[in-house]
Amino acid sequence: MASVDINQILAKYANAGRDALIPLLQEVQESYGYLSRDAVIQIGRQLNLPVSKIYGVATFYNQFRFHAPGKFHVQVCRGTACHVKGSAGVLEAIKRHLKIEPGQTTRDGMFSLEIVACIGVCGLAPVIRVGEEVYAEVTPDKVKRILNSYRRKEAANE
Amino acid sequence: MFEIEVNGKMIEAKPGEMLLSTLRRNGINVPTLCHMEGLAPTGACRLCVVEVEGRPGLIPSCSFPVIEGLKVKTHSPRAMRARRTIVELLLANHPDECLYCSRNNNCELQSLAAELGVDQRLYSGSKNDYKIDASSPSIVRDPAKCILCGKCVRVCEEVQGVSAIDFTFRGSSSIVGTAFGQGLNVSSCVNCGQCILVCPTGALSERNSIKDVLAALEDPSKTVVVQHAPAVSVTLGELLGLKPGKDVMGIMTAAFRKLGFDKAFDTCFTADLTIMEEGSELVQRIKTGGTLPMFTSCSPGWIKFIEQFYPEYLPNVSSCKSPQQMMGAVIKSYWAEKTGVDPRDIYSVSIMPCTAKKFEAGRPEMGRGGVPDIDAVLTTRELAQMIRMRGVDIHALEPEDADTPFGERSSAGKLFGATGGVMEAAIRSAYYLITGEELEHLKVTAVRGLKGVKEAKVKIGDLEVGVAVVSGLMNARELIEQIKAGRNDLHFIEVMCCPGGCISGGGQPVGVSVDAVQARMRALYQIDRDEDLRVSHKNKWVQRLYEEFLGEPLGHKSHELLHTKYNKRDVIF
Amino acid sequence: MSELLFNRFGEGCWHQTQKPCPDLVDCLREGPKCQQNEEKKAEYAKLMAVYRRDTIAKPVIYLGMGTCGLGAGAGKTLAAIKAYLNEKAIDADVVEVGCIGMCSAEPLMDVQLPGRTRVGFTHVTEDKVAALLDGALKGEFDREALLGQLKPQHDGIKAWDDLPFMEDHDFFKPQTRWVLVNCGLIDPGSIEEYISRGGYTALAKVLKSMTQQEVCAEVETSGLRGRGGAGFPAGTKWKFALRESSNQKYFICNADEGDPGAFMDRAVIEGDPHRMLEGMIIGAYAIGADKAYVYIRAEYPLAIKRLAAAIEQAKAYGLLGENILDSGFNLKVIIKQGAGAFVCGEETALIHSVEGKRGMPRPRPPFPAVSGAFEKPTIINNVETLANIASIINNGASWFNAIGTERSKGTKVFALSGKVNRTGLVEVAMGTTVRQIIEEIGGGIGNGKAFKAVQMGGPSGGCIPQQHMDIEIDYDSLKKVGAIMGSGGMVVMDEDNCMVDVAKFFMDFIQRESCGKCIPCREGTKRMLEILKAITRARRTEGGFQALERFKGIMYLQKLAEVIQDCSLCALGQTAPNPVLSTLRWFHDEYEAHIFDRKCPAGVCTELLIYDIDAEKCTGCTACATQCPAEAIMGKPKTPHYIVQDKCIGCGSCLTTCRFDAITAS
Repeated sequence: MASVDINQILAKYANAGRDALIPLLQEVQESYGYLSRDAVIQIGRQLNLPVSKIYGVATFYNQFRFHAPGKFHVQVCRGTACHVKGSAGVLEAIKRHLKIEPGQTTRDGMFSLEIVACIGVCGLAPVIRVGEEVYAEVTPDKVKRILNSYRRKEAANE
Repeated sequence: MFEIEVNGKMIEAKPGEMLLSTLRRNGINVPTLCHMEGLAPTGACRLCVVEVEGRPGLIPSCSFPVIEGLKVKTHSPRAMRARRTIVELLLANHPDECLYCSRNNNCELQSLAAELGVDQRLYSGSKNDYKIDASSPSIVRDPAKCILCGKCVRVCEEVQGVSAIDFTFRGSSSIVGTAFGQGLNVSSCVNCGQCILVCPTGALSERNSIKDVLAALEDPSKTVVVQHAPAVSVTLGELLGLKPGKDVMGIMTAAFRKLGFDKAFDTCFTADLTIMEEGSELVQRIKTGGTLPMFTSCSPGWIKFIEQFYPEYLPNVSSCKSPQQMMGAVIKSYWAEKTGVDPRDIYSVSIMPCTAKKFEAGRPEMGRGGVPDIDAVLTTRELAQMIRMRGVDIHALEPEDADTPFGERSSAGKLFGATGGVMEAAIRSAYYLITGEELEHLKVTAVRGLKGVKEAKVKIGDLEVGVAVVSGLMNARELIEQIKAGRNDLHFIEVMCCPGGCISGGGQPVGVSVDAVQARMRALYQIDRDEDLRVSHKNKWVQRLYEEFLGEPLGHKSHELLHTKYNKRDVIF
Repeated sequence: MSELLFNRFGEGCWHQTQKPCPDLVDCLREGPKCQQNEEKKAEYAKLMAVYRRDTIAKPVIYLGMGTCGLGAGAGKTLAAIKAYLNEKAIDADVVEVGCIGMCSAEPLMDVQLPGRTRVGFTHVTEDKVAALLDGALKGEFDREALLGQLKPQHDGIKAWDDLPFMEDHDFFKPQTRWVLVNCGLIDPGSIEEYISRGGYTALAKVLKSMTQQEVCAEVETSGLRGRGGAGFPAGTKWKFALRESSNQKYFICNADEGDPGAFMDRAVIEGDPHRMLEGMIIGAYAIGADKAYVYIRAEYPLAIKRLAAAIEQAKAYGLLGENILDSGFNLKVIIKQGAGAFVCGEETALIHSVEGKRGMPRPRPPFPAVSGAFEKPTIINNVETLANIASIINNGASWFNAIGTERSKGTKVFALSGKVNRTGLVEVAMGTTVRQIIEEIGGGIGNGKAFKAVQMGGPSGGCIPQQHMDIEIDYDSLKKVGAIMGSGGMVVMDEDNCMVDVAKFFMDFIQRESCGKCIPCREGTKRMLEILKAITRARRTEGGFQALERFKGIMYLQKLAEVIQDCSLCALGQTAPNPVLSTLRWFHDEYEAHIFDRKCPAGVCTELLIYDIDAEKCTGCTACATQCPAEAIMGKPKTPHYIVQDKCIGCGSCLTTCRFDAITAS
């Protein structure tokens, strides 16, 4: 479910030029969770830009997704400090626990996994982010606990 | 002007130019792969790097403006090592398929490897694994052979204003592709093939139809006929060892017969026919207040362009088919009747300097009763390949004449091969159609030459006719925008999709040599100068076609066979 | 947002948004100047003291709520504090501050009682709140959790007896905190607090009494060099852009902070956003730009939020917008979020990203100062560079260049992380040694391990080994040992880290982040990574031919590295081989162990480790066998298992799964 309808977003960019492309893509993804084909075509019409160019820009940057993410999007930081403190093991643990590779979503749609370059909390490495929450000094054993807390929350909501 | 030191010698440099231009002008050959003359340097391939005293690292000469006091070494061991490593790295990620590749012996990567002395595979790691896109009827893309130089993207965007392809993804996963990685056939590609001309490797090539044509030639039940565009005869020689600018019309006709074609016709005949139809159409629109300005319609890349981007201007486009398709239509109607051959047994081939013609031949409206008017289109390149394949030695041939009834042509029809040619031919005949008299000076200089946009005001009787000639779709786009904004002083506009016209079409020899293109153009003008028959309306065989078959220009039969409709296209663009 | 301060000046004040007063900032600091009302001024001075929290009416509890703190659980701590105060019906202020820089001690909570100094506590997780506050609000301080008290800033504040001073703490004492002076101390969401501490006086001074040339000259004389890593003299760069005549110029703040391991800029924007903003407005004035962008990475949502709020506040006070302080200078600041591309930290790539294109660099010339964003003169400066500007203007260039080394003046903020005891942000004078930072400030290596190397400059930098720890840090000295200062990331490694693995890690990072435009970087780093992977690949999965390829590869590593350095299009490619070359230089023996002995001395490269099950400890629970992706573990349930070495791919899953410590890797 989108938080803001794309037409509302596009209305804000009525006379926008090429330099509005990335903020516009970010807003649409913020609302819908990802960029659909239709959304990209509509954006092309709005900005009067060839869709091949928009696709070229969107695929260049790590941030943009073309498939819906999971309910809880897990980002594992693989920056230097995190690596040095063992984030590779954390990533493996998450992959094993969720049974997905980075870029994929679990079959029940609960979790999706992404590797990010650096979250900027290097002093407390290794770091992961789930949704808006940041978790620091994560170890492979803590992974199960963190992820299960989200499963429990979901179950409680139903 | 000032002097700089290069490889120990002083050479002259112009202020403001890039070091690469200085070097090349002075005969120092520094290799490039991503450089495009006339466009801003992109600095991607790094092959042009040179050593400049006092500066760390190696400097790319394509993007370094010359300054006084430079001391440059272009072929130092360090620069040579860098160039060789760059080519080795490219080869490490390139298929080992030279012998099977359409660009074997004509590939910039191959030439560089030889030139730089690459003699072993140094890096045997993984290679990108991409699928071939053969969805388009005109162009085949093989991303595995792509070196990501970006020239195709730039031509499509900056010269043609279409932007069907762009760089997608990033880093080692970068790939040149369409929106969402779809096939070319559902994208906004207009099939012009300019990308093929600039591609240094075999990543882009035309859809090859040689096998189909050979099969037809072998088939005894088929009557195989061929036509050839005006630009082909002034270009073919280049691919067979001759100098640019030689007209090999007669030898080529002889070659056709040696290859086994039953009849060799000349598309210039139907160019003349087009002028009769289109000239009449223009006069009619001017006289009866029809939709103006009128656009020419012989360039299929242009037609797809306007169907996609400016469908509201389709009523402005002349309803005439292109000369190729008119020929196809009259062969399978008039000629079939006359000679008693069943149209279904005729295999009609055309030789074109164009890749979009392959798309045009396959358009559903270009045929009757399920029989397409044109069965196969071969580019100039494919024809040369076929001639070599069949062992035809052109040096042992004597020039021959084209077959009647479609062999006679005026030099006006021949001019169609260059930008401005259609306009010039049209003016000559429109003048006669309106005033009843011949134009005094047949040569209309204002529409000649390789400039992308040419305009003129032509006095025909009491009328002052505003004409414009554009080549290259970016120029076409700009002109349409002007018309959209209210410009209304033009009656007739010639649009050729390829910059310079058909002589530098997508089916012509690869690599873009301005000298060769100019030589081809000069050959066309020379033919016009030396010819007796210089106006379309005096072509006796065209007149005969009307008398015996068509009736009159814009008549019922003409409309049925020689005119067509266009469709608004919904592509993702 | 709280009430605008100048609304308190009453009738006499004629500052309005449409007609600003050039003395606004002076008045905001000292009370209304033109009204000749000493009583009003005294009243106002008291207000400022309140904002500075020199005088407080009730207890104040400060909590570090930067992203580090939040990661350590400060969000829960905040909830606990509020619950506590509510429950006990205690009237106290709770102020959320940014990072003070001592990450390893987060969450950090300070308590200030009226008339007394501020006292700080470490590791304040939610469970510790009640007990700590019980004591602190009474003036009794838990020694275990105590960090120290801040030194009293004026007579009205009394220090606590026999409590150590924070400033004397080993972590803080060697630091010279100019850029970080407010971080962790003030509420970053309050422009008034920033103003009360002298904020925006530099801007007022510049707009009132300095020409553009004078500003550029002052910054140039100070010796301030770009803190993003390139180290180009900031004032000189500004002069290039000022010289250009154009109808439009742009000023861009590079807050992309792409270097993994660097978080200085994040802390400054989260903790003291107005400092950066003030520097940016001054810079835009100096070059003649009326439009500015802050290009900030999307991975910093809290920093973006703080920055956006700061911009709105500055606008409300007329410090941004039209005719700032009646000077005729206009400036609009727009936030542009990065979309996840390390290469966009390179200035031409950043410009393309701002323009809505793929973030791919282009050749220079033309340089951005001449033709940059939208082909107009553009200056790009790093966050930390801009955070220095206000103090340079206020205190003078000679104040700034009094410290530092001969060619690198002022201070530098470093992000210390990895295997040190005290990770965090440290700001030291240029010329401080690596040893001082790691051993004195960082407290040395944890867990009794031995120091091995410190990576400086991120993926563009190199490592400093044990024998060079006494090197004085500045832009030029580090180059001699094959490293660079970079943006300030310092990742410390100990004996349990493998340098070949580190080199492979960086090359993998570069390969992912390379834009792909130029051949040396795109293809060259791919092959370098393959060679490094071959070095750490298990012998058992290697065919004979591949072993030969491995040796051949090492010979080419050096050559490839040199060509990539020599002719890549941008600094990302040109510096990509640095980590490899640096580790090769100082840890050659480790490489040889991997290549010839096929061993990883540090025990990190899992594929080179031999995994074994201790039959005595194994209970036969079959957990490891189930996890093994290669089906290399055999054994019946309840009997000791064993690993078939030929099948083992060395992933290490069994080691992490075993709950009985029965599996060893060597």
